[in-house]
Amino acid sequence: MTMLDTAPDDATPAEPDPHEQKQPLSERLIEVLAALAVPLGAVLAAFTIGAIMLLALGANPLKGYAALLEGAFGSWDALADTALKSMPLLLVGVGICIAFRAGVINIGGEGQIIVGAIMATVFALAMPDLPRVLLVPLVLIGGAIGGGIWGAIPGALKAYAGVSEILSTIMLNIVAAQFLSFLLQDLLIEEGAIRIQQTERLSANADLPLMPGGTRLHLGVLIAILVAIAGYVLLFRSALGVRLRAVGHNPHASRYAGMPVKRSIVQALAFSGACSGIAGAALVFGSESHRLIGEGGAAAFTQNAGFNGIVAALFGGLHPLYTIPASFFFGGMLTGGISLQRELQVPAALIVALNGVVVVFVVGSLRLRSKISAWSDARRRSQVAS
Amino acid sequence: MSDFFTVSVLVATLASGIRLATPFLLAALGETIGQRSGVLNLGVEGVMLIGAFAAYYAALETGSATFGILMALAAGAVMGLVYALITVVLHAEQGISGIGIFLFGLGFTDLLFQKQVGTPIPIRGLQPIEIPLLSDIPHIGEIFFQHSLLTYVAFLLVPAVWFMINRTTFGLNIRAVGETPEAADTLGVSVNRTRTATIVIGNTFAGLAGGALALEVGIFQQNLTAGQGFIAVALVYFGAWRAFGVMAGALLFGIVSATVLQWKTLGIVSGAASSLTAMAPALLTIVVLVVVSRRSDAPAALTRPFDRAA
Repeated sequence: MTMLDTAPDDATPAEPDPHEQKQPLSERLIEVLAALAVPLGAVLAAFTIGAIMLLALGANPLKGYAALLEGAFGSWDALADTALKSMPLLLVGVGICIAFRAGVINIGGEGQIIVGAIMATVFALAMPDLPRVLLVPLVLIGGAIGGGIWGAIPGALKAYAGVSEILSTIMLNIVAAQFLSFLLQDLLIEEGAIRIQQTERLSANADLPLMPGGTRLHLGVLIAILVAIAGYVLLFRSALGVRLRAVGHNPHASRYAGMPVKRSIVQALAFSGACSGIAGAALVFGSESHRLIGEGGAAAFTQNAGFNGIVAALFGGLHPLYTIPASFFFGGMLTGGISLQRELQVPAALIVALNGVVVVFVVGSLRLRSKISAWSDARRRSQVAS
Repeated sequence: MSDFFTVSVLVATLASGIRLATPFLLAALGETIGQRSGVLNLGVEGVMLIGAFAAYYAALETGSATFGILMALAAGAVMGLVYALITVVLHAEQGISGIGIFLFGLGFTDLLFQKQVGTPIPIRGLQPIEIPLLSDIPHIGEIFFQHSLLTYVAFLLVPAVWFMINRTTFGLNIRAVGETPEAADTLGVSVNRTRTATIVIGNTFAGLAGGALALEVGIFQQNLTAGQGFIAVALVYFGAWRAFGVMAGALLFGIVSATVLQWKTLGIVSGAASSLTAMAPALLTIVVLVVVSRRSDAPAALTRPFDRAA
């Protein structure tokens, strides 16, 4: 992979170079504030709506949010649980960054997690006796392959058949969920057990090693952070990333510049799906049961991470590195939601609803944000002129 | 398999296919109206859930299914106003904000259900209405004329929506703002007002679709719709943005679903294999999307917000 610096630059989208002209600190501050205002404002707005909902349900919003924060970040164990909950969000979120930056809307995270988990499980069942140093990477790669294939299919359908990826990824979520249900009732069900939709306890050589510190934290969290860094390098420090972003920015111009637009779309969705697939593998081999479980429906296994990862990525400004703290925040909301339920008897489903509100506010405020930066640009120009 | 090909089973399957097609049809008709004006609403699933809970809870509290229908309509209309604010005023990306609406609907209805109801309590849903004389025709009567009110409403809405889109001034405005909003604007058609109207109508249909589902099964549970709203969006593409095309798609999906259920009941497919057959609607949708994507019937301004200054 060649580095960005050596890639022909004239074909890339013209992003304003901040070093082109020395900006006064105050204006750079305005831009940073504008960039931060969107996610923070969205969360504030969502929390306000959440407070209204808590009031309507007869709960004290202050006590509710205190329980939420305490449950999410209040102790080492809570922080570890938050990190574990944020792991699939981060992995899916990095995939979302790659896809959205390339101009494809991947709503198939749920399906890609499931197929990744299935593929990883099949790998572990096929080679249970491999030593741990080989089997752990292998099941993660298996997850990436499964998710990657499940992402590449809608990519190819969009690139070569003109099918909207929004619709095809949603349909493939349904297909994957039903396929999981079939496998866990038939081919992969635990031998001789009560007919619960789950596999046997998978090979211990595939267990994700626990991190030191005595919490439930395991290797998957570290893997997720590494994937986020890799995603950043891919998008912003590689020639492929330049191409993907150029295609996302302006497919027509990219085609005239000689870029393989169709192949880029497939690649973007394949990478995106691979990230979610790794999440699927980590959810199986990092779980306390070390099984692939389908009981209670596919969403019980994925924890809706395929959708919540979109929230995290949008919140992180579609930047893989900023998606790390964003995922941690939303992981905290999910963990805290459980203590909210325990202490105030407010169902944790409140958090799902608030996630939806955050999405709406973030995408709804983008126009506001572009107006702020347009205003800041205009101000700069007028100052340069005077 | 021979169990399936008896007259009584086939008649029952077709009748249940029409019944199962009702939520698909209502939601997809609403989505058609919105998309013809250039607005994609991917939040149908969430709005259906909200409509379903509204209908269920209202019927549970008052014992009146009719009141349930009204609350489903009202919930849909409110969500329509919200979605109009998001897309028409704020110009939010329509695919992603639809997912936000879905998550909101999923979490919000689950929250309210757990808090207000707790355990699933069955309600007395909509009762079948037998159309006099027609319902007495052998087989035909059972297939077509022994359904609940909302099924008749859904199918009567098909010609109504067709008429509205193709034969009224309002419909002309809808098509104009969906194809070339700039031209429509020049001619004095308010693009944003027209779209706000179609969004509210479309979401009201989606709310009603959810209500039809809840009042048909007489129960509510988390994620009751299970992807039906998303399939309804795909049905609009299937039906090439035409009311009767959408009806054909909804019927196909209803009958496929009914067949899968019937096979499971008769033991023709095992529990595991029924999961495989349950993939059929989604796979069918993808195949259909591949076929229809070659046609260029999509409204030219679909998902493109309108701003006079731009």
